[in-house]
Amino acid sequence: MGGAPESGRGEPRPGEPRQAGSGVPARPEPGAAAHRTLDRVVRDHAGRLAGTLIRLTGDFATAEDLVQDAVVAALRRWPAEGVPDRPDAWLYTVARNRGLDLLRREETYREKLAQLVRQEDWPHGRGGARDDRLRLVFTCCHPALPREARIALTLRVVCGLTTAQIARAFLVREATVAQRITRAKRRIAEAGIPYRVPAPDEQADRLTEVLAVIYLLFNEGYLATADRADSRDLADDAEWLAALLHGAMPAEPEVAGLLALIRLHRARGAARFRDGGLVRLRDQDRSLWDRAAIERAAGLLVRTIRRRRPGPYQLQAAIVACHAEAGSWEETDWEQIVLLYDMLLHLAPSPVTRLHRAVALRYTAGPAAALAETGALAAELSGYHLFHATRADLLRALGRRGEAAAADRRALELTANPAERAVLRERLDRG
Amino acid sequence: MKYVLLFVDTPEFQDELQALSPAERARLFERVDEWFAEHAGRLRGGQKLRAPESATTVRLGGGGPVVVDGPFVEGKEVVSGYAEVEVADLDEALRMVADWPGCPVVEIRPVEVPVPGSVPQGAAGLPAGGPAGAPTGAPAAPSGPVG
Repeated sequence: MGGAPESGRGEPRPGEPRQAGSGVPARPEPGAAAHRTLDRVVRDHAGRLAGTLIRLTGDFATAEDLVQDAVVAALRRWPAEGVPDRPDAWLYTVARNRGLDLLRREETYREKLAQLVRQEDWPHGRGGARDDRLRLVFTCCHPALPREARIALTLRVVCGLTTAQIARAFLVREATVAQRITRAKRRIAEAGIPYRVPAPDEQADRLTEVLAVIYLLFNEGYLATADRADSRDLADDAEWLAALLHGAMPAEPEVAGLLALIRLHRARGAARFRDGGLVRLRDQDRSLWDRAAIERAAGLLVRTIRRRRPGPYQLQAAIVACHAEAGSWEETDWEQIVLLYDMLLHLAPSPVTRLHRAVALRYTAGPAAALAETGALAAELSGYHLFHATRADLLRALGRRGEAAAADRRALELTANPAERAVLRERLDRG
Repeated sequence: MKYVLLFVDTPEFQDELQALSPAERARLFERVDEWFAEHAGRLRGGQKLRAPESATTVRLGGGGPVVVDGPFVEGKEVVSGYAEVEVADLDEALRMVADWPGCPVVEIRPVEVPVPGSVPQGAAGLPAGGPAGAPTGAPAAPSGPVG
């Protein structure tokens, strides 16, 4: 699986409009920046708090409730009161007080909260720090949970998002998210989903599931449409999660590969939009790219590839690196990109990846060869707007204008994304 | 945690079984026996069940019991046996099932453990001490549910 290109959306494609991408980068109102800072502080501490509370209470669901209460309290009070010197201790105290309230009201919590009562101070305060966030991630992304629940749980428990923030980011009702979380927690308890890092022999499969969740989150954030620009930047959460995982599992090449992939994409973020419109890779102002960030991410990728355990994320990152390191569209190393797509297809066959390969093939073997290649994909991708947009491009390059316009019109019918629609309309207007 | 593994048979698997040579079939039964032997320490009981055509279903309520021949749910996938297991958590159960050599579907269902002093939900009518087929302590009989 790998959550890689076959995840239904594929990676943002070189040389073509980003799939479903549109949004104008956030133009924060006054105060929005401060809120983002708060979100980051919360994120740095929520998962640790959850890990500690699970250890103290022995109960995932109870711990998760307490963390959520503390997070909501922090987001309500910190804007007015300021961020405390020790946010972790502050959050712990709020969670513990809430636990004591529960204890008074509900007999059933007595046993679960016994350890919490004894533990007055934030246990990490005395230097005995223990980071349980890795196991937390594995529990939240357990394959016995439905995919949406994995995403919602990871965001809430590991990244400290509130239910309301998750609902806004995914354009779903808050009650829907709340219900997903409740069901997932019940399932963890009843089905006996463990709270631990999987055994070595099962780790590879389980890690694939975790990476798929992070990659989906990244796509969700990276492709977010304009009306979501003021909500949570999920791409940032995805990068943070990948970095957390990389810190805990530095020897896992696919973790590093995914982190590099996310960072390489984000390093080009400033050039992706102009005047509210999506800018195609070939037309992007490359001076806006964050060269230092690209170099750092490419460095991480090179060190990772030396481990000689290739995987879909490393290969996708390598393809993005080829684009990111090219001085211009014309200087792109297309031969290398085609080769990388061949390797990617070998590891993770998918029609969307073959379509991406065809785009690169145009520059090594010509538009006719590329068009022939897309012909074989018609059955699987006829409902996919980028299939038609790509063919339109190739047909136009071959001087077949009428067919190109028809393909662009078909693409236009198949996408609702405003930014992509604008690109397609412009092409049709130019004729 | 305690789970019941429900072994589920499909028509495709039955066809595959039929297509095997006697030697191949014997080898498959052997592998099933090996699986039961390997996991003997986790098994708390279980049996292979006779074919669903042998089942009798009773529907209660309304005007009294109605007896119907056949299983309670008509379908192509049928429960062909069960095993009760005692493992640390779902992951251990998943690992057990991963190398199950028999029928192609296994449902892992947690056993509800009654909280002391509370009434078990949805288990009304079951004898105290747990559902029928309560732990015997002995490993399941060899030649468990293959097909």
